[in-house]
Amino acid sequence: MSTRIYVPIDSTALSLGAEKVAKAIAAEAAKRGIAIELVRNGSRGAFWLEPLVEVQTPAGRMAYGPVQPKDVAALFDAGFVTGGQHALSLGLTDDIAYLKNQERLTSARIGITDPLSLDDYIAHGGYEGLVAAFGMSGADIVKEVTDSGLRGRGGAAFPTGIKWNTVLGASADQKYIVCNADEGDSGTFSDRMIMEGDPYVLIEGMTIAGIAVGATRGYIYLRSEYPHAFATLKEAIRRARAAGWLGQDVRGSGKAFELEVRLGAGAYICGEETSLLESLEGKRGIVRFKPPLPALQGLFGKPTVINNVISLASVPIILARGGAYYRNYGMGRSRGTLPFQLAGNIKRGGLVEKAFGLTMNELIHDFGGGTLSGRPVRAVQVGGPLGAYVPASQFDMPLDYEEYAKNGAMIGHGGIVVFDDTVDMAHMARYAMEFCAVESCGKCTPCRIGSTRGVEVIDRIVANEQRGKNIALLQSLCDTMLNGSLCALGGMAPYPVLSALNHFPEDFGVDKTEAA
Amino acid sequence: MSSHHPAADALHLQSVVDAHASLPGALLPMLHAIQDEFGHVPDQAVPVIARSLNLSRAEVHGVITFYHHFRNHAPGRHVVQVCRAEACQAVGAVALEAHAKKCLGIDFHETTADGAVTLEAVYCLGNCAVGPSLRIDDDIVGRVTPEGFDEIIAELRAEVTA
Repeated sequence: MSTRIYVPIDSTALSLGAEKVAKAIAAEAAKRGIAIELVRNGSRGAFWLEPLVEVQTPAGRMAYGPVQPKDVAALFDAGFVTGGQHALSLGLTDDIAYLKNQERLTSARIGITDPLSLDDYIAHGGYEGLVAAFGMSGADIVKEVTDSGLRGRGGAAFPTGIKWNTVLGASADQKYIVCNADEGDSGTFSDRMIMEGDPYVLIEGMTIAGIAVGATRGYIYLRSEYPHAFATLKEAIRRARAAGWLGQDVRGSGKAFELEVRLGAGAYICGEETSLLESLEGKRGIVRFKPPLPALQGLFGKPTVINNVISLASVPIILARGGAYYRNYGMGRSRGTLPFQLAGNIKRGGLVEKAFGLTMNELIHDFGGGTLSGRPVRAVQVGGPLGAYVPASQFDMPLDYEEYAKNGAMIGHGGIVVFDDTVDMAHMARYAMEFCAVESCGKCTPCRIGSTRGVEVIDRIVANEQRGKNIALLQSLCDTMLNGSLCALGGMAPYPVLSALNHFPEDFGVDKTEAA
Repeated sequence: MSSHHPAADALHLQSVVDAHASLPGALLPMLHAIQDEFGHVPDQAVPVIARSLNLSRAEVHGVITFYHHFRNHAPGRHVVQVCRAEACQAVGAVALEAHAKKCLGIDFHETTADGAVTLEAVYCLGNCAVGPSLRIDDDIVGRVTPEGFDEIIAELRAEVTA
């Protein structure tokens, strides 16, 4: 019997040489006449160990990493095909503390299964949620999702069930399910990992949404920066359709659901839901006024559920195990789990799915092991380029939507970018404004003009041109953007700017005591 | 996506446009198909698309210029995108960007004189735990040092002379 060897096909693993490792293993096995079955799985999410090679043994999957092509011959010499010891041995994958200490609900299968194998998906609990949904009314499905406490994982944290209920209640000849896969926030990659590592869970979640609200068509709007996810999704949709999991009569349920993946074109603003809908319709990604809500007049003017990848991918387990099961995780009004992403200057970067309520210290020190550079952590940016910079003094705050909001920060999509003490926070503040200027859709003035003026004012502050006056001007400008912008881009770009200024005034040339 | 794209003759262009014209919200898929086929969206495509989708040329032009991904001139044989986003900045992306520009002797949106490389900025490749990151055509590379960058460019150039 041939031994099963896993080499990830996830983008990050590939970016560190997984393709060459896979080829080297196949070549070495052939040379030595050893029969192996090479499986290209998703990544377990312990990125500092990538390329992480796993070997199936009677005791479980044994891990080796990070493996480079030059290590492959020595691994064979050490008998890794039967779980032999080598300098790169990490023991049983399931015993790696980073993975063992997680609570994986949404990302349970990533890294374990072959992403494109429907048999593998079903063998690991896939499609249990949809099968359960077949026997339920739309209203009951929506109620289950509402009861789970699931809130929009894209960042806005709006209750998913309430959104679905609005679409369920709308009457129209056509409704749509749109998946927002325009994961543009720096420091985030959980959507990508789902799409590359467990695409069927997203397809299943969208199908359940379709059956729940009476929508027969779905679109995944995927950013063009994710070429591997695009290829995986297209193939997964093709296979799901061939096996009857998509189509005019999904698995004989009498329900229709068709799904298509569409590519964005490098516009950050298209992660904003109304701008995304414009883009899907073939237009410039200009933000729409709300109301009307997309739930009532969304894609092509029809009632539309638009949810983030993680929100939709969390639905199958909610239907399979019940809303109460999911709701049991978390704290306060933040129920369930969030796949946090540790990024930037971090020793053990990757995906950490945990229930809400843990602290930043636990995430970046216990899981992350501190900075990659070994220097002290100075700040973390939470929630993408529009998220606040959080100083070390606030790292004990529980990760909960409301707790973060209370402190002028946001959890957003769960991306955590770590900076060490060499970071220049005035530079980061300037970058936030510069980014907003580059990516503004241009519809509203505070965002379009304010961001450019913001860059100029920060430059003057740093150059010490009438510093006090310009700081007051920057604060006033931020106030205008916060309160006067049409969407979250202009409306939240001031968060990183003001948090940098408030917590790190010395980087702007302001005496810390003077600023306080 | 790299290297030799055919010149955009009218017949070929029309066939790509026709293949996508009946999709709902056809314009983006159509523009992607054109750029994948020809390496860019040539100016002569604008009236063809406009006619096909019953839009004004101004509307088509507006969409092409709104999105960073679309370009109206041919790129070099390889497109190299340097990530400028925060997570990569936390591990040296600013220095890498400066090095890339200096090493290639060009700024963003420009192509080297030998036609080998077009340099672009990108805001996040979703490779944020192992930055600084680059995208070379459809391949993503992590933990890129200035020396690593030089090696990658040397390889891309060697392909041409080989």
